[in-house]
Amino acid sequence: MTKSKLNLDTDKIAKARELSKQITAPVQKYIEKHTTVAIERTTLRMMGADGVDSIGVPIPNMVVDQIGDHICYGAAKYYINALLKKGVTPEELNNEIANGLDLTKIDFVDFSYIEEKAQELVEAFATKVKANVAYRAEKINTYKEKENSPLLYLIVATGNIYEDVKQAQAAAKQGADIIAVIRTTGQSLLDFVPFGPTTEGFGGTYATQENFKIMRKALDETGEEIGKYIRLVNYCSGLCMPEIAVMGALERLDMMLNDSMYGILFRDINMYRTFVDQKFSRMINSFAGIVINSGEDNYLTTSDAVEKAYTVTASQFINERFAYESGLPARLMGLGHAFEMNPDIKNGFLLEMAQAQMASEIFPEAPLKYMPPTKYMTGDIFKGLAMNTLFNFIAKSTNQGILLLGMLTEAVHTPFMQDRFLAVANAKYVLNNMADFSDDIEFKKDGIMQTRAKVVLDETIEFLEEINKTDLFNAIESKMFAEVSRPKNGGKGLSGVAEKAQDYYNPFYTYLENELNIVKEGNKL
Amino acid sequence: MMIRPYGDTLNDGAVQMSFTLPVAHSAKADEAAILFGKKLGFKEVEVVHSNPLSDEFTFFVVYGKTEISIDYDKVVVEEVEKSLDFYGVNNFIKENIKRKIVVVGACSGTDAHTVGIDAIMNMKGFDQHYGLERYPMIEAFNLGAQVPNEDLIKKAIALKADAILISQIVTQKDVHIQNLTEFIELLEAEGLRSKMVVCAGGPRIGNKLALELGYDAGFGRGTYPENVASFIVEKMHERGVK
Repeated sequence: MTKSKLNLDTDKIAKARELSKQITAPVQKYIEKHTTVAIERTTLRMMGADGVDSIGVPIPNMVVDQIGDHICYGAAKYYINALLKKGVTPEELNNEIANGLDLTKIDFVDFSYIEEKAQELVEAFATKVKANVAYRAEKINTYKEKENSPLLYLIVATGNIYEDVKQAQAAAKQGADIIAVIRTTGQSLLDFVPFGPTTEGFGGTYATQENFKIMRKALDETGEEIGKYIRLVNYCSGLCMPEIAVMGALERLDMMLNDSMYGILFRDINMYRTFVDQKFSRMINSFAGIVINSGEDNYLTTSDAVEKAYTVTASQFINERFAYESGLPARLMGLGHAFEMNPDIKNGFLLEMAQAQMASEIFPEAPLKYMPPTKYMTGDIFKGLAMNTLFNFIAKSTNQGILLLGMLTEAVHTPFMQDRFLAVANAKYVLNNMADFSDDIEFKKDGIMQTRAKVVLDETIEFLEEINKTDLFNAIESKMFAEVSRPKNGGKGLSGVAEKAQDYYNPFYTYLENELNIVKEGNKL
Repeated sequence: MMIRPYGDTLNDGAVQMSFTLPVAHSAKADEAAILFGKKLGFKEVEVVHSNPLSDEFTFFVVYGKTEISIDYDKVVVEEVEKSLDFYGVNNFIKENIKRKIVVVGACSGTDAHTVGIDAIMNMKGFDQHYGLERYPMIEAFNLGAQVPNEDLIKKAIALKADAILISQIVTQKDVHIQNLTEFIELLEAEGLRSKMVVCAGGPRIGNKLALELGYDAGFGRGTYPENVASFIVEKMHERGVK
């Protein structure tokens, strides 16, 4: 890392980290004692449960519905038991379930057989995912030269996966390093994952395993053609966080939007459900080498970016802590923030730059994800282009990891193909023209930027102290985040949370905990 | 007065355009862009910039001159119904009602589809229009789906609601009409009808139907959160609510 420009007090940074640890500890304890329907469906998918019945209900949902309250024992043993008793493959079992087989009506074999079979299934899953990790590492290494720094991130959102493919391939050829396929409106609130290729979405395309596969193949093809590894992104959020994670792990997605609190605050998903789900989803992402992108930018579309800058920094600390607790290393933490200050503010650029530089000094190993202006974009596309240029300038000069390109038509329509081209051209101009700017400058001692960063860090610590005093659950309930209150027992999905029984069994969860060296809160001194 | 676009000389008719054609970048593609401009009716069409977007798409920046003119004196505009925007609504509440207002919403009856009420109420909103939860001057409570009418009313009383929003997506066998009617009757029985602004919404619910059923307004397809918020606060103000 280059030396500090902001002269931040390292003791204060350490203090903020310690506070985040204290804040998340009680949440971890809750997480360890609970499972959810989404976690059980995810476990079933890891074993090969897939497909739908004649009316489109996914097999994992059918099994979890059959098990009902007994998910407190884990769904794994029911599925494995049926595999053994019937002597069939997962595909064959899925067919039988689709045709009405009830797994709870089958007598249990001796548990040692279930454990033995579980080991085989875990290994099969792990082998597949590890192969994906190795493939990605090799390709990235081979094509490293052509990567932009920061990586350029573009979004496609047609609703039709085949149309998305055309736009994504074009975007990759224009210079994007990362392609995100936006999800259809409302998918985060579905308590199941749709199946198969889809061509009808609203403002985005359904996240399905088949859609992942189609886009992965298309981007691999384009990547080979242009000599680059194109990273693919989707959304690991909502009521199916861990399920989407496992689909992404199997289909070699490279990044996932995955925030520990976004669903609670911005989608009104129950907090207990989200906390329990986010951990398993992050464990899977970590195992699959998937970079998570957290959603701090959302705070600034709600609140004023100058006044509430500390909420972004505080959330970054909390997201970082939750990620560590899920075994996720810093190099996979695409912590988010955004360029959302009112362009009329005097010296607004300096405040934005101080914030971005601060994030990069506090989280030096994390590939920070920097989000473009949206709130103050208007139909004046020319001013929009100018704002995007300043945004690109900060991204480059503060060493951000992931640069989500701003669209000049942000306030007008979903991007036209040419809008993406203009965005890439703008970014490439800035990236090249100021390639070593960051190494060549220092900030003035006690100048506007150093002072600003100090103030925001102080406010962050104050805020974290307040949260720690009341605890995170109460803090969310009492509107301390994003100016919205989410009651503990409110929101969607609470009924899908169950306390684990003493003999809860989930060989995949246990395997990942061991692989990722996760120390349970309950076992900490 | 006859007018046409102004480039650098009165009546030159200069227009700037940019578009993409689904063909590979080539001299032929440039010519196609010029022909396209001419077909639009432009004269002196010039491609000043063209760039490949991929193997099968090319982007053009084109200038042309039009001979079309408009008689400005004959231009008539229809007065559109005005709606305050996000900031307008919050300022209106601050200035006129002088306290936060409470809005309770639900997808009531048997309807399990929250897409409508979520679009209006969820913080994130939709299509770049923030939902009511994001309005600093509105306390918004989205009770979700399948809320029985009785419960909705109880909750509205408990929260001291100024307005209630009911979303109805499912309209098979006119189930929405029965449900909306039942709600209004219950509200009247409680003596609350005149104390609250009550709106219905859904893809097949228009203002006319809602008024017939005894609601203050109905919001159909294409409604944004600020349209609903704007109606509520103006109605409250009209009724002299403080």
